[in-house]
Amino acid sequence: MSDQANLSRRWISQDAPQPAAPVRSALTSLWNSVNGLLEWFGELGIFVWQVMRAAVRRPFEGRELIRQLDEVGSKSLPMVALAGAAIGAVLALESRHSLVQFGAKSMLPAAIVFSIIHETGPVVTGLVVSGRVGAGIGAELGSMKVTEQIDAIEASGVNVYKLLAFTRIVACILMLPLLTLAADASGVLTGWLADTLVEPISFHKFLHAGFAGAGFSDFLAPTFRTAVFGLIIGVIACFQGMRSQGGTEGVGRSTTSSVVLSSLFVMLADVVLTKLILVFFP
Amino acid sequence: MMHPGQAVTLRETESDDDHAMEDTERNTASPAMVLRGLHKSFGAQKVLNGIDLTVGCGQTLAVLGRSGTGKSVLLRLIIGLQKPDAGSIHIHGREITHSNLEEMNEIRKKMGFLFQHAALYDSLTVEENIAFPLRRHTEMTASQRADRVKELLAGVGMEADLKKMPSDLSGGMQKRVGLARALALEPGILLLDEPTAGLDPITSGEIDELILKLQEERDVASIVVTHDLHSAKVIADRIVLLHQGNAVIEGTFVELEKSDDEFVTEFFKRDS
Repeated sequence: MSDQANLSRRWISQDAPQPAAPVRSALTSLWNSVNGLLEWFGELGIFVWQVMRAAVRRPFEGRELIRQLDEVGSKSLPMVALAGAAIGAVLALESRHSLVQFGAKSMLPAAIVFSIIHETGPVVTGLVVSGRVGAGIGAELGSMKVTEQIDAIEASGVNVYKLLAFTRIVACILMLPLLTLAADASGVLTGWLADTLVEPISFHKFLHAGFAGAGFSDFLAPTFRTAVFGLIIGVIACFQGMRSQGGTEGVGRSTTSSVVLSSLFVMLADVVLTKLILVFFP
Repeated sequence: MMHPGQAVTLRETESDDDHAMEDTERNTASPAMVLRGLHKSFGAQKVLNGIDLTVGCGQTLAVLGRSGTGKSVLLRLIIGLQKPDAGSIHIHGREITHSNLEEMNEIRKKMGFLFQHAALYDSLTVEENIAFPLRRHTEMTASQRADRVKELLAGVGMEADLKKMPSDLSGGMQKRVGLARALALEPGILLLDEPTAGLDPITSGEIDELILKLQEERDVASIVVTHDLHSAKVIADRIVLLHQGNAVIEGTFVELEKSDDEFVTEFFKRDS
């Protein structure tokens, strides 16, 4: 075979389209993503199991739990109340315009109260806490992990799942419903304020009109839904923080992922729980 | 009390045979740690490739080797922070590689670990750092705990820094506090990861002296990971040199110095 023929064959083999290559590459990429996702869920499952096992054994870390209740609860209160207040005022301003157009102005207090206690109060609280507390836990545990402080606790014979994770998760579960009440209260208050500035109405009358059709289940189920949000925020933030690696960059990554993932799962849980509440408390 | 200088003189003048015999007696009488066939890999990278070690009570073993040869991993396997891929670890006769978390935590209470960068809890004061294991694992009253913390800090020359935060301390001071914390529960086994790295010669000498004192007074078995040949010479009864996941040689400092193994010669020549 001549040199010319060899050369052209080589060119042909190099330039010939290889349809399988991009498909294979896309499949590999997809497989890696699925694999990574399954791995993440697997590790999360193991983490939750370790925390549950640690939870039923003494000591119960009361001191650390009280510290975390303060950290999650009282330190988040101003921000949650402020967010609730903003939502209440906006709801009052927006709803008034629409309800006046439909001649249902008298429904305004009920619209504000129902919107706040049913949906906006719990969701806003969940998102604010996942931002503030999720970032705090992710950064704190992440930095403890990369500086070997978590290893040092473990090496001294202390169960880190209980001391660091269980206490934070329980604090989130207990504090979220209470913070939701605070967001609801400030939302209703600023809703009344925004309403009364346009058309004066006494606070008593506003509350009476707002809660007139509300039953126990209207209030209880949506508020306690936030305990599940607390569980999600606590678990995701502790998990992401405690698996942090790679120095300060790793701490940054675990902080961001704590906030992003906990917010995402809070919103997903909100959809599922709203449906369940509608089924069980129609 | 024995000073480091005295210890060096004594060991250098002892015959190698006597020293080796004494070590063998200690090992066989009551081995504190027995490691057999330890393997550990991270992905495709083999870090430990079948390590066998025995450390008797009151004996100090120095682990030397180039960076990344698995010296720190070896300590982490012993304290149970990582699991070996294969092999066994016996602590005071008890196999620990299959222990659950609760069993492992009981064993860890009898061990003290000094991390390479001290790993002090940065939200706690020096006093609280040292009191941490005491508060968790002893029935001591607050005043007894305070006395014990002062005693431990005095032992490392840090009694004046009780209320300081770790961020206010230099690297050497942090390491001394880390050592005091590792000794809080009076452990029978000490695992020290580069205790003298980054320290000035005087502080290094003080830490060496402290390790010797513990060895003498409390029969503590220690494994010391170090790059500091002088320190290894002063504190270690035996030295093991790791290379590519294997223990290439084990013996006294004098034995290693006399070795004609190319890697050992190179390692010791560098330092001299």
